[in-house]
Amino acid sequence: MFEIAAIVIVLGAILVLYRALKGPRVYDRALAVNIIGTKTVILLALIGFIYERPHFLDIALVYALINFIATIAFLKYMETGGLD
Amino acid sequence: MDIQAIITGILLALGCFFIVVSSIGIVRFPDFYSRMHPAGKSDTLGQLLVLSGLMIYEGFSLVSVKLLIIIVFIFIANPTVTHALAKAAYVSGLKPWKKEEGKND
Amino acid sequence: MSFVITALIMFIFWILLSGEFSFILILSGVFSSLLVSYMSHDLLIGEGNIKLGIKRTFRFIRYLPWLFWQIVMANLDLVYRTLHPKMPIHPKIIKFKNDLNTDLGMVILANSITLTPGTITIEVNENEFIVHTLSEESAQSLISGEMQARVKKIEGKYNV
Repeated sequence: MFEIAAIVIVLGAILVLYRALKGPRVYDRALAVNIIGTKTVILLALIGFIYERPHFLDIALVYALINFIATIAFLKYMETGGLD
Repeated sequence: MDIQAIITGILLALGCFFIVVSSIGIVRFPDFYSRMHPAGKSDTLGQLLVLSGLMIYEGFSLVSVKLLIIIVFIFIANPTVTHALAKAAYVSGLKPWKKEEGKND
Repeated sequence: MSFVITALIMFIFWILLSGEFSFILILSGVFSSLLVSYMSHDLLIGEGNIKLGIKRTFRFIRYLPWLFWQIVMANLDLVYRTLHPKMPIHPKIIKFKNDLNTDLGMVILANSITLTPGTITIEVNENEFIVHTLSEESAQSLISGEMQARVKKIEGKYNV
């Protein structure tokens, strides 16, 4: 059950990867990368359940935080040309 | 098969459905602003459904509390990122696509 | 006061995340939660009225069921528009007046708009909301102002 869900989510991420490669503007790429990151959080949680290792959830939590901060930092850099 | 596993399966299936539809939407929609709609909505709901399915499978324990923390964080962070992206694009002067004028992307 | 509350919340969070009760873990938890709340205790609580904050939290929890219902409706609508072969979308940008007084209210309304039918918040400032809508109906339902009235109820009659 968890394996099927994980495979479906990976397929979704591959679809979004098309947009990240092709996206006409940098914002499209940033959006696609952010969406792949949030899918990765779900994938990590599912992997934790598949292999019965609850410690994967900590990685998922930290990945969610880093993904959020990374997108915001990237956008700030795009908007102002610096991170001061 | 007990009742918990069945509910988990239904929630996982629904969540995967919404996640895949949001991916299709991101590929199909014609311009940046309309691509934000599947990113901001369907993806959030899909993640919510998958993670709550895992919570029901686990029952009440420390693991489900961690899942709840991830859900709350995603629920706040995902619309915020969408809003930040839309604002960055708007400030940079990107014009939205209109049906009458045809494609400009 | 805000220092003590922040330290307590940080320590509860530490215990939830670690889940072990050995001496060295508890000690480092106490130390790091005190350090974090010394550095940033004005960020979490701020100078606001704590009683009012608790009242608003309960009002916000009462607002959640309606929000979830709206989110489900929004997603069914979006799934229909995504999978329809002709994609019946009419995107445009609308502006409407901002009646809210507090930052909290603006954040709640902006995130709710992003999560509900066919609308994405682009910009919020003191005077107006700029919103991108996907269809004519969602623009109409937003201009009618039902959601803003509900968020105003969470805010209460104080301007802090």
